[in-house]
Amino acid sequence: MRVADLKTMAEQESAALAVFRARLLVCYSAPCLAAGADAVREALEKEVAGRGLAADVQLVSTGCLGPCSRGPMVTVSQPGQADAVYEKVTPETAVAILDHHASQGPPADGFRMSPENPFLTRQMRVALANCGLIDPERIEDYIARGGYGGLAHALHELDPSEVCFEIKHSGLRGRGGGGYPTGLKWNLVRKAPGAKKYVVANGDEGDPGAYMDRTLMESDPHRVLEGMAIAGYAVGAEQGFIYVRGEYPVAAQRLDKAIKAAERLGLLGSRVLESNFNFRIDIRIGAGAFVCGEETALMASIMGLRGQPVPRPPYPAQKGLWGCPTLINNVETFGNVPDIVSKGSDWYAASGTPKCRGTKVFALCGQVENTGLVEVPMGMTLREIVYDLGGGIPGGRAFKAVQTGGPSGGCIPASHLDTPVDYEGLQQLGSIMGSGGFIVMDDRSCMVDVARFFMEFCLDESCGKCVPCRAGTVQMHRILTRITQGKAGPDDLEKLEALCEMVRDSSLCGLGQAAPNPVLSTLRWFRDEYEAHIHEKRCPAGVCRLTPSEGGER
Amino acid sequence: MPVVTLTINDELVSALDGELLLKVIREQGVKLPTLCHLDGLSERGGCRLCMVEVEGIHRLQSACTTAAREGMVVRTHTDRLVSYRKMILELLFAERNHVCAVCVMNRHCELQDVAAKAGVDHVRYDYLATGLPMDTSHERFGLDQNRCILCGRCQRVCDEVEGAHTWDVMGRGAGSRVITDLNHPWGESRSCTSCGKCVQVCPTGALFNKGVTVSEMEKEPEFLTRILEGREKKQWSR
Amino acid sequence: MPEAEAPARKRIATAWLGGCSGCHMSFLDLDLRLIDLLAAADLVFSPIADIKAFPEGVDLTLVEGAVANEENLELAHRIRANSRIVASFGDCAVTGNVTSLRNHLPVEELLTGLYKAGSGSVPRSGEGAEILPELLPRVLPLHQVIAVDAFIPGCPPDPDRIWAAVTALLDGRPVPSVEGERTFG
Repeated sequence: MRVADLKTMAEQESAALAVFRARLLVCYSAPCLAAGADAVREALEKEVAGRGLAADVQLVSTGCLGPCSRGPMVTVSQPGQADAVYEKVTPETAVAILDHHASQGPPADGFRMSPENPFLTRQMRVALANCGLIDPERIEDYIARGGYGGLAHALHELDPSEVCFEIKHSGLRGRGGGGYPTGLKWNLVRKAPGAKKYVVANGDEGDPGAYMDRTLMESDPHRVLEGMAIAGYAVGAEQGFIYVRGEYPVAAQRLDKAIKAAERLGLLGSRVLESNFNFRIDIRIGAGAFVCGEETALMASIMGLRGQPVPRPPYPAQKGLWGCPTLINNVETFGNVPDIVSKGSDWYAASGTPKCRGTKVFALCGQVENTGLVEVPMGMTLREIVYDLGGGIPGGRAFKAVQTGGPSGGCIPASHLDTPVDYEGLQQLGSIMGSGGFIVMDDRSCMVDVARFFMEFCLDESCGKCVPCRAGTVQMHRILTRITQGKAGPDDLEKLEALCEMVRDSSLCGLGQAAPNPVLSTLRWFRDEYEAHIHEKRCPAGVCRLTPSEGGER
Repeated sequence: MPVVTLTINDELVSALDGELLLKVIREQGVKLPTLCHLDGLSERGGCRLCMVEVEGIHRLQSACTTAAREGMVVRTHTDRLVSYRKMILELLFAERNHVCAVCVMNRHCELQDVAAKAGVDHVRYDYLATGLPMDTSHERFGLDQNRCILCGRCQRVCDEVEGAHTWDVMGRGAGSRVITDLNHPWGESRSCTSCGKCVQVCPTGALFNKGVTVSEMEKEPEFLTRILEGREKKQWSR
Repeated sequence: MPEAEAPARKRIATAWLGGCSGCHMSFLDLDLRLIDLLAAADLVFSPIADIKAFPEGVDLTLVEGAVANEENLELAHRIRANSRIVASFGDCAVTGNVTSLRNHLPVEELLTGLYKAGSGSVPRSGEGAEILPELLPRVLPLHQVIAVDAFIPGCPPDPDRIWAAVTALLDGRPVPSVEGERTFG
C-alpha cells in the first residue's frame, strides 16, 4: 500500500458510510455487555432485518464509549447531525431509538444522555478519540478516521530525528505513571549504539480499578500499533512487542487481528507504506504478575525468564531486550503518538499545563455518580473531575478522599480537591498520577482499611527478589491488620512508619519503593483515624470490627 | 579502562571506571555486609544490605550493582543506612524459622554473623513461624526451606558455574520457594550432578550435607573463586 | 572518722519462663563472681531460691525463657510491674528459640498429637486441666509481651557476657556491645 492508497481507502470508506441514514453504534465492551448489550444488538438486528432497513441503517459493535455505569450505551450517528448518545438501553428502548432515527418515530429522549452533560462535553479525547465510535475489528474504520496518516507522514516527510523532535516538542510524558518525557526517551534509544533495537508497548495494566489500557487496546487497537510503528521508525527498531496482561484476552485477540490486518495492507511488516522501513509487532501475553508492569521485569518476561526486576541502571534505553537498546512506553503513551505526528506537536502542546501537556485518561470509580473512562486535559482540578465529570457523590454523602495511582499511589483529602491534576501536583500531595486509577471514597470508607487493602495487594504481588519488599510488606500488613482489629499497641504506629520509610528507600524496584505510599499518604492526611483505632479502639468510619484484646494474642 | 576518582566516606579513592562499588568500598577496608553477593557469581542486588547513599541520586543504591563513576560521592554508614540494615536483617529472621540453637550451621552461619556484626540483639517484628517442608530425598544433601533466605546463590552457582540449572524459584513474594527441576524431589532430579556447589555457597543452614548435626556444618564458599581462577588458568588439579 | 554511707543494696531477681534452664546454669557458672554479685545485691526472687511470690521494688530482673503459657504471661506482667529494669536473658526470651518451634502447629493439634492420642502419659485429656497452665496459641519472645529494657542473647549466654551485662545494668549503663564479641541467634 502506498500513501495515496491509504487516502483512497479513507475516502471510499467515508463514502460508504455516508449512504446510511443512521449508524447505530452499540458499545460492546465488558461493562455494557455485562449490562445486556448483546440483547440490545440482537433486538436491533432483528428489527433492522424485519423492516428491511439493512441498506439504510448500519449496526456497529464498537469498543468502550466511556460512561460505563450507564450502559448499555448506544450512539446514533447521522449525516449532518450531532451524535446522539443513549444510556441504559434495553431491547425495547433500542427499538424506540431505531424508530426515531430511521423511521421518524417519536424521540426517545428519556434515555438520551444530555448533550450538555459535562461527562461528554468536558472531555478532550485524543487517545480515546475513536473509542466507542469505530468497530475495532475493522482496519477500514480506523483508516476512515485518519488512521495510519501519522505513520505515513512520518515515513515520507520526516526523518527519525524530526519525529523524535516532534514528540519532545509536544511535551508528551510517560502515561504509565512515571511521567518521564517521552521525546527524551525516544532520543536516548535513537542515539544508543546498537545494530538491533526494540520497541515495547507496556499493556500490563494491573492497578485495581484501572482499565485505560485495556479499553484502548480493545477499542482502538490500530492506534497503539500505529504509535509503536512511528516509534520504531524514530528510534531505528524493526521489531516491536506489545505486552498484554494475561487477564485481557479480548485485547490480545483484537490486537492479533489488527496486526494481521495491518500486515495485509502493508502498514506493518516489510517495506511499510512502500518505504524502506520494516516493522513487525508480536504480542506477548503476561501470566498474571503485577510486577511485570515494571519495565525490567516486563523485559525479563518477554525474554522468557522469570518476571523479576533487575536494578537500573543500565536503563532499557541502554541495555534492554537481549542486551539491545529498547524503548518501552505505556500503551496510552503510544495512543497519543499518531495524532501528535499527524496534527503536529504544537496542536498537542496547546492543551494541558506548561509542565504537563496534553491529556490523561482516568478510570473514574468508587463512590461517584458517573463511573467510567474519561480523558481530560492535564491541569483540570480534582474537584472538576469528581463533581463535574463524575457528577459528585451518590446519595448526597460527603466526599472523603480520592485515591489515585493504585497501590503505588495515595489518598488525597477534600482540602486539596482544587489541586490541578498533573504529575508534580499529585506528587506534592503524597500521591502519584500513576496509570490513571481514580477511586473516589465517601465518608463510609475507613482510610486505615484502604491502606490495609493496598498493602495486601502489594504483599501478594511482591516478586520476592528483594528483602524489604518481600518481608517488609508482610510485616506492614500485619501491623495494619492489627490496627483495624483493634489489637495494635501504642508503639505499632511508630514501627509501621519506620518500616514504610525503609521499604520505600531500600526496595529494588518501583513496586516496593511505592508500596508504602498508600500508608504514608493516609497517615499524612488521616492520622487521626489511625489514632482512633489504636488508642480509642474505634473506627470513625464504622468499617472495622474492633475486638480489643490483652497482650499475648499475636 | 580509564581510572576515576570518587569519594567514599569523605576519603578520595581511585577506581576503574565502571568497577562495581562494592569491590571499591571493600578494598578501602570499609566493612559492608552482604548476603546475596558472592565473589564468582553474577550480582543480584536482592538482599539490599550493601546499599549506600550516592549524592545526587535520590534512591539508595546497592553497591554490588552500581558502577563507580568519576566524582561520585558515596556514604556507606550513615545512621539511616545502619538502621535500615538492622531492620532488613530482623525481617529475615522473622520471615522463616531460623532457630539457630538447633541449626546445623549454628555459629558458622553468614546470616547469624552479619546480624551480630550489625548489632541486632532482638527482632522487632512478628515471627511468622513457617512450617515449610524439608527435602531430604537426595542421598548426600538436604534442603530445609525454613532456613532459606532466598538469596539465589544456589541458583546462580548451579546455572553459571556448574551449568546444570537444577535450582530455580517458584511462587512469588513471601511464598517464593527454591525448587529443584520443576519442583520435583531433589533426589529424583535428572539435571542435578550432585556436585554440591549449591551446598557450599548457601549462606545459612538451608542446604546442608546429610549426617551433620547442630553446629557441625561448615562451608567454604571461597572454593568458588578458586575453581573459577583455576578454570581461567586451565589448572585442573590442586 | 565517720563511716562512709554504705550504698543501697540492689535487689535483683531471675525468672524462668518457657526455657530449658540452661541460661540459669550458665548464670551459676559465674562461679566466684556470684559472691561478688551477692556482696552488692540481694537475690530476691529466683528458681534457685525458694521464694513463692515475685516481690515488689526489684532493680533488675533477668528473664530466661519465652512466654509459652498463661502462667508465663501472668508472671511476665508482674515482673514488668515490679522491676525497674527487665532484661531478656538468653535466646528463648530474646527470640522464642527452641520453645517456639511449636509455633507452626495449632495448640490443639500439638496436645492431641503428643499427649491425648500419642504415647505421652501426662496429661491425658481432662486430667490436670486445672493444675497445668494453658498453652498460648503461639510462643512469644518476651519483648512482644512486655516492654524489655535490655537483651542478652545466647543459647546460653556465656558467663563472661552475663557478668558484663549484669554489672553494666546495675551500674546504670547499657549492655556492652563490642563488635567481634557479639552473637545473635
